[in-house]
Amino acid sequence: MINRLKLLLACLALAMLGTSCVHLKEYQKSRLKDSEMALSNRKVEKNELNFQSYREAASGANAGKTGGGCGCN
Amino acid sequence: MRKVYLSLVGFSLLCRLNAWSQTKTDTVPFNKTNVSLYKPVPLDPAEKDTTGYRPRQLRVDEVNFVSSYYQQSGDHSAVRGGIGDESVTDLANGLDLNLVWYNQKMHKNTLAIGLGFDYHSAASQAYVSATGASSKTGTRIYPSLDWTVENEKKGGSFGIGAYYSGEYNYQSLGADLHFSQKTADKNGEFTAKFQGYFDRVKLIYPSELIPNTTTSDGGTVVTSASGTILSGDGEHHRAGIPSSPRTTLTAAFSYSQMISSRLQIMFLGDVVTQNGYLSLPFHRVYFANRDTAVVEKLPSSRFKLPLGVRLNYFVGDNIILRSYYRYYQDNWGIKSSTVGIEVPYKVTPFFSISPFYRYYDQSAAKYFAAYGEHTAADQYYTSNYEYSKFQSSFYGVGFRVAPPKGVFGWQGLHELEIRYGHYTQTTGLISDVVSVSLGFK
Repeated sequence: MINRLKLLLACLALAMLGTSCVHLKEYQKSRLKDSEMALSNRKVEKNELNFQSYREAASGANAGKTGGGCGCN
Repeated sequence: MRKVYLSLVGFSLLCRLNAWSQTKTDTVPFNKTNVSLYKPVPLDPAEKDTTGYRPRQLRVDEVNFVSSYYQQSGDHSAVRGGIGDESVTDLANGLDLNLVWYNQKMHKNTLAIGLGFDYHSAASQAYVSATGASSKTGTRIYPSLDWTVENEKKGGSFGIGAYYSGEYNYQSLGADLHFSQKTADKNGEFTAKFQGYFDRVKLIYPSELIPNTTTSDGGTVVTSASGTILSGDGEHHRAGIPSSPRTTLTAAFSYSQMISSRLQIMFLGDVVTQNGYLSLPFHRVYFANRDTAVVEKLPSSRFKLPLGVRLNYFVGDNIILRSYYRYYQDNWGIKSSTVGIEVPYKVTPFFSISPFYRYYDQSAAKYFAAYGEHTAADQYYTSNYEYSKFQSSFYGVGFRVAPPKGVFGWQGLHELEIRYGHYTQTTGLISDVVSVSLGFK
């Protein structure tokens, strides 16, 4: 657990490193604003994420729902 | 390793400080004339907006319809104690309507109205009754409402949401509060969401574990899957099946950052606590050397900690790498890792093909054992394979069409997505899911 947290912190540090050096202007964001580049789940994935959360013990950290619904069957 | 790690953190902090110092306004007067080869093209006076007018009235911004067909097979039904057919088919449909208007302060208001409807058939559900005579089918309905106010100038938003999910044996009421704030340079964004789900689990036990008739002061009580029937005074009254509460509270945080003109990253972390009846009453468990079943028993609280990272990179002009990693741990002894990669390839600017692969690995919960392996000495017990040790793979392909003149030339339909995925678990569970998403403007 500790090692994984260290890894995440290292990633965060790397991100800070990257962000420190580049300040993007609006005209430089055209690729980042492409709908396929969105840092979110696709709309079409909505029901896939539901069944995964019902069939697997882990859930969360995907900007989705974290409760509600039984998924009993 | 420690030195490398500390150097990395230190250097990033140094760079951050340096960048921050560059963003400050110069306090010394500087009268140098700006020299530029760029000459703005004057606007046609007829087109020039001199009023700053923005339409404020309510309008439909977007309507999305998502439909999925899911089919599953397997031989570890939790209803039958970890053995038996667990085939499922599920047809899920969801409609989302986004309404937008601007208030007097010109803050953007978005009202998202959602409605979902599922119809399923599950082989294991029939075995809530010992003879397999229970209904295999069921439905679920789940409306939702979310209102968000966004200050586009300052890059901040605030919202509240409500949610309901109802099926025969399970009701869920949810509410959330969320806000977000962009960084000063609009290259980063922090979001926080606090959710609460207040569920009720109907206590429908396997038929052989229900006391058929009991006698109390009020008369004879007969309990069945369709309700409790009281017959004390010669009259029959149908009461509801008793239920037990389950509460889920979540604090979800994320921070996204544009790193370069092609790369962006997001860190996600949730803190989840669950309390109440976390077992399911119709899940059987068979102890070693015993033929009779007992009802699954799990602790009444659970703490979950999922942490995730998303990293998206635009390679060249028409390939995108979408990646995701999640580490998960809870206090039932489950640890898991999820890795996902998707590579959308833009055949044209309006048509893309996206193959994807997801790998998942989890350790078993402390309370899991297979059919006939638990002992009566166990404090908690389940034979639900959701809590077993396994790995899973999920792979498939998606197609997205979003031409400027509308899909099939129909202006209103601005986006069409179709996606197919095949899922396999090392427990033997196999499933297929096909989804269609339609976006209307």
